[in-house]
Amino acid sequence: MSTSKNAAAADGVTIVGRKTRTRGHWAIYLCLIVFCLIQLVPFWLAICQSTKPSDDMSATLIPRFNDIQWSNFTDAITQGGVFRAMLNSAIVTLFTTVLVCLLGAAAAYPLARRQTRGNKLVSSGILALMMIPSLSILVPLYSFLVQIGGVNSYWGVILVLTASNLPLSIFLYQAFIKSIPPSIDEAGMVDGANRFTVFFRLILPLLKPVTATVVIMTSVGVWNEYALSSYLLTDQSMQTIAPRVASFFSANSSNLGVGAAAALICALPIVILYLFLQRYFIEGMVAGSVK
Amino acid sequence: MSSRSSSATAGRKTLRQRLAGTSINLFYLPAIILLVLFLLYPLISGFAISLYSWDGYNPEKIFVGLTNYMTILRDRNFLTTLINTLIYGIGSTILQQVLGLGLALMLNARIKGRNLMRAIIYLPALISAVIMGTMYYFIFQYQQGALNAILVWLGLDRVVWFENSTNAVIIILLVNSLQYVGTSMIIYLAGLQGMDQSVVEAASLDGASGWKMFWNITMPGLAPAFTTSVVLNLIGGLKLFDVIKVLTGGGPGYSTNSVSTYISIQYFDNQNAGYASAIGVVLFVLIAIVTTLMNKGLDKLNWES
Repeated sequence: MSTSKNAAAADGVTIVGRKTRTRGHWAIYLCLIVFCLIQLVPFWLAICQSTKPSDDMSATLIPRFNDIQWSNFTDAITQGGVFRAMLNSAIVTLFTTVLVCLLGAAAAYPLARRQTRGNKLVSSGILALMMIPSLSILVPLYSFLVQIGGVNSYWGVILVLTASNLPLSIFLYQAFIKSIPPSIDEAGMVDGANRFTVFFRLILPLLKPVTATVVIMTSVGVWNEYALSSYLLTDQSMQTIAPRVASFFSANSSNLGVGAAAALICALPIVILYLFLQRYFIEGMVAGSVK
Repeated sequence: MSSRSSSATAGRKTLRQRLAGTSINLFYLPAIILLVLFLLYPLISGFAISLYSWDGYNPEKIFVGLTNYMTILRDRNFLTTLINTLIYGIGSTILQQVLGLGLALMLNARIKGRNLMRAIIYLPALISAVIMGTMYYFIFQYQQGALNAILVWLGLDRVVWFENSTNAVIIILLVNSLQYVGTSMIIYLAGLQGMDQSVVEAASLDGASGWKMFWNITMPGLAPAFTTSVVLNLIGGLKLFDVIKVLTGGGPGYSTNSVSTYISIQYFDNQNAGYASAIGVVLFVLIAIVTTLMNKGLDKLNWES
């Protein structure tokens, strides 16, 4: 009986290594499946919570499939302004990501190619800026943005988030450009092109792989950003998804269903993108974190 | 005549080249302007603000010197938030290394459905901590939460999970670790896949297996992945903000605040901009010291192995 079980397990399973420890497989599978379920529990509970009527205060571990209520979702969209928040997030994410890539690649070019003492100082200065936690500069940053009228504006939050994402992107671009032979630049210069043309025509097209990493890291980070956005964008019509979803739980905490629906709607775009581009997401995040 | 003109053009060329050489620095000008305006200037003016007593709105500030820093030393709430910050940072680093490495080792084996399982475990790390936090909230919520539903079903009384600050801190720590355990797992998986297979084979030919193989071959090979993951988790944990805001808002009292959330409370709720700035300076120094020490210490570790 147990041997047939083991054989069945070994069938689809080949472990790397000399010995095939068939007995261990069951434990490994069990551990992994339990862990996957733990990771899915919050999504499941949010679905349960979002599909029951708002006056139902009971705890639900299983949604009532025969009587699913969509009112929480429609409320989240019509009264909660969830679509507006997604649009705001999309605008902020798009512009920030484009700026981070363009300015990051441009800044990395001289720092990688012209390693004078001054430039080395500039690049270690930029690296040091990476250590600044965004909350540590909350007071001066916020009062500065109030002064220049950047609170509750797209450009304010875009510039702030661009600056906070730039150091890592410059670092990544710099490492990548160093691996491109300088003879490419020289060949372009000999043909009479200036630095500007060389960068845009010759170097920029070669940066696609590292740009993919920067795009994924920056866009995921900005799309999810909360700490700064929640203070810089306080008008409901300007809020991005994270502050919007959080607001359901402070002001409206009695209505958990709408909050759950809003959270699910806002999680959906990332989940869908992740389903299709899983490999790129994982590669991008690893490449970015390994530095 | 011809030689003179050629030397002249050569001279002009080097000049032009030299100019082209410096002008290349113009490329980093836009980035530097942004970095100075939105990172460096706030960092410096934050230090300046920390020397004043200021509510954050009134144009009038009163210079108080280092008083705000003296207040930090006597502030019991700050001490709590500092201890919490260390618990969040160190606790989630340990949890994520243990779980992340374990999961990576299990998912490195060629087992059925491993891609799906990797994808599921990593998924929460891509979603906003605010959204994940609200979803985790449905586990611990008093009236409609899952844990209390199970307790009631078992015939027991409901528990207020966030009533007691120790519990609340542990829950925040757990939620943060579970959300980002996938990141550690992915980093360790990358480390395992990047490992030199010939070394592994040679060791297994020499009769190494099981724990011996793990301690002598796998672990040293994972040193770079370990460094990356530890630094990332530690800094992430020390900066923890979003989850706390969503799950407890720092309460009960100030008992679950991190230094980051405490700054926002002192600034926006208590209108102590000067004091909040001083705490910001302390947070920056804390992170800078930890990052530098970690990079130095862990570099050594990598170099030795």
